Amino acid sequence: MKTAIIEKVNFSKENDHTEIHQEHVHRDDMGAKIGMWLFLLTELLLFGGLFILYMAYRFQYSSSFILAARELNVGIGALNTIILLTSSLTMALAIVAIQKNKKILSMILISATIIFALLFMVNKYFEWSAKIGHGLYPNSPTLLDKEKGEIIFFGLYYTMTGLHGLHVIIGVTLLAVMLVSLKKNNTRSDKYVRLENAGLYWHLVDLIWIFLFPLFYLIH
Amino acid sequence: MTNPETHSNYVSYLDYQGKHKGIWAWLMSTDHKRIGLMYLSGIILFFLAGMTLGFLMRTEMLTHGKTIMDAQTYNAIFTLHGVIMIFLVIIPGIPAAFGNFFLPIQIGAKDVSFPRLNLFSFWLYMIGGILALSSLFLKGGPIDTGWTFYVPYSLRTNSNVSIALLAAFILGFSSILTGLNFVTTIHRLRAPGMGFFKMPLFIWALYSTAWIQIIATPVIGITIVLVIIERLLSIGIFDPALGGDPILFQHLFWIYSHPAVYIMILPAMGVVSEIIPTFTKRDIFGYKAIAFSSLAIAFIGYFVWAHHMFSSGMSDLSRMIFSLFTFLVAIPSGVKVFNWVATMYKGSIEPKVPFLFVMMFIFLFSIGGLTGLVLGSLSTNIHVHGTYFVVAHFHYVMFGGTVMIMFAALHYWFPKMFGKMYDEKRAKIAIAFIFVGFNMLYFTMFILGYMGMPRRYWDFLPEFQLGQTIATIGSYIMITGFLILIHNLAKALFKGKKAEQNPWGGSTLEWTIPSPPPIENFEEIPVITHGPYYFPSAKEAK
Repeated sequence: MKTAIIEKVNFSKENDHTEIHQEHVHRDDMGAKIGMWLFLLTELLLFGGLFILYMAYRFQYSSSFILAARELNVGIGALNTIILLTSSLTMALAIVAIQKNKKILSMILISATIIFALLFMVNKYFEWSAKIGHGLYPNSPTLLDKEKGEIIFFGLYYTMTGLHGLHVIIGVTLLAVMLVSLKKNNTRSDKYVRLENAGLYWHLVDLIWIFLFPLFYLIH
Repeated sequence: MTNPETHSNYVSYLDYQGKHKGIWAWLMSTDHKRIGLMYLSGIILFFLAGMTLGFLMRTEMLTHGKTIMDAQTYNAIFTLHGVIMIFLVIIPGIPAAFGNFFLPIQIGAKDVSFPRLNLFSFWLYMIGGILALSSLFLKGGPIDTGWTFYVPYSLRTNSNVSIALLAAFILGFSSILTGLNFVTTIHRLRAPGMGFFKMPLFIWALYSTAWIQIIATPVIGITIVLVIIERLLSIGIFDPALGGDPILFQHLFWIYSHPAVYIMILPAMGVVSEIIPTFTKRDIFGYKAIAFSSLAIAFIGYFVWAHHMFSSGMSDLSRMIFSLFTFLVAIPSGVKVFNWVATMYKGSIEPKVPFLFVMMFIFLFSIGGLTGLVLGSLSTNIHVHGTYFVVAHFHYVMFGGTVMIMFAALHYWFPKMFGKMYDEKRAKIAIAFIFVGFNMLYFTMFILGYMGMPRRYWDFLPEFQLGQTIATIGSYIMITGFLILIHNLAKALFKGKKAEQNPWGGSTLEWTIPSPPPIENFEEIPVITHGPYYFPSAKEAK
């Protein structure tokens, strides 16, 4: 893309004060993207460890997993899947908008993404509270009475959806920062790699949910 | 290229005044050289702390029964020795300290790709280090699980396991960010003309290491998080009482921690490939073979983790497969050793301090590597599993390998980093002490382990008395050596003679800029026309 554009950026603020070298630090959009992709790889591997555990335990306790999955509400799960998929769409559109120099539209689309993310979290909140209301939470008497496979299922359920929820919150924070950046014109039609990177992160959050949803809600 | 006179008016990175003053000029600096030095000072401090713990352990083992501490304290001390030495010294040792300092310089760049992220990594390193140390003093008591944190004991003990694990998680995050920074830097910021096969081999080693840091560390990250959650909420994933499987913890732990062994050793091998050409004035023998063997070690290193678990309960078939892959690692490692030795052949060898360290490394690492084969084959493994033999093997490869090369790198690049020279004679005396003490300590441990002395035991049977005494005396000799060495460097720092631009006659890019380097490394980005190890004058002399 637009690599090696020589431009004054606040990449290394210290250098701006240097008397000796007035040279500008060069901007490397491609480098920024490589860095982001590598980071996403580490995120995938982080969840990868959990997916391996899920696989091992699903193999060990297949019947209990089927039994426990019946406790989950497919409706809420499906709704949340739709919400996240839509949010990925608005995110992608926000990047297209800024590429076409439509700042306001881009900001509206990012706000929409944030709203979808919050909706997702609200749903999650009701879902978790319902489970906890039924006494299904780690170390609860109801759960300890059940088969070991079901204890593990809910252990994994809370850990994996919890960790995913944490990523949604981080994503929302990133998007809020991007809103400010757009408003201040730090992100604009000739300089939007940060928004692209935030978008990549958001798509990863979406993608992980696409795997979590069938693994916990759909396989019977 | 450049000559010294043109540099008469430059500001070194040590004297540079930015907008921050005093200590903040360092703590807030995004200059890769300052960050490298900060890592270095942290690593040396932690090394001294870990060495003190080792000293206490060896003193305890001097006599049968209680010598200076009770068994619980001994458990805490060997755990901390392991945690500090592995997570705070060896893993960040060469890549974070010397990698940060020399990676941009050796590829002809002004800094890494993400300077602020680099500073953030350092901050995480400090926070992790402080947390790890605080787990010593906080209520609950120092951790007593061993550095491997095996479940279920790590779930049951009341000591500060969660804090120590959080520290390890933060240090892992720091390591990941450094890794992705290095990979991006190597791909994006090489000077014009520097193709991948014109990079110094240290850079190749850092490149392979950075990939392992990126790919392996997240797995330990999630494992650690799960143990912390398990301790807080009893989710059952690793708890056998709730249906979890402790063996799965061991798998996930070693999926990281075995590749981590290569995070530790590969950069050291890179430094060796730098030092040998400089002190023999010859182009390295088999450049591509060494470069690719780094990648091969990084790759094969992923498929050997279960050799730490031969006695944990696994099918015979999987044990045989893991044993086979373990043997395969010996091939690229052997390629490197033979290439180094071949480089020395007919070279004009100058046995300066860094080169002596390298010779020591080749000797110790070969012993460590060969005993690794004893551990890698199934039948002998069962005999020596969990004994001093493993401890000795590990120290021969990690201490005799990585830490010795860390000090070799320090002596090799000290003139460049600080612009000062140290006393060579004193450094050589220190090396003699270290070499004798090291072998007395750890070779004795091979024998003790073979005779059946288990690791981590606070007490021993009377027949091991002689061996334990020899080992402890060896450890004292070695520590004396390290004290001489560090005193020598500290003295050089304040009173050393001024170092020239290129005291060893090296041919990589860092020797073309003044010592200490100017704030932005190069006045003009160099254009690379030949390979990294190029000694035309030595060739003419022949």
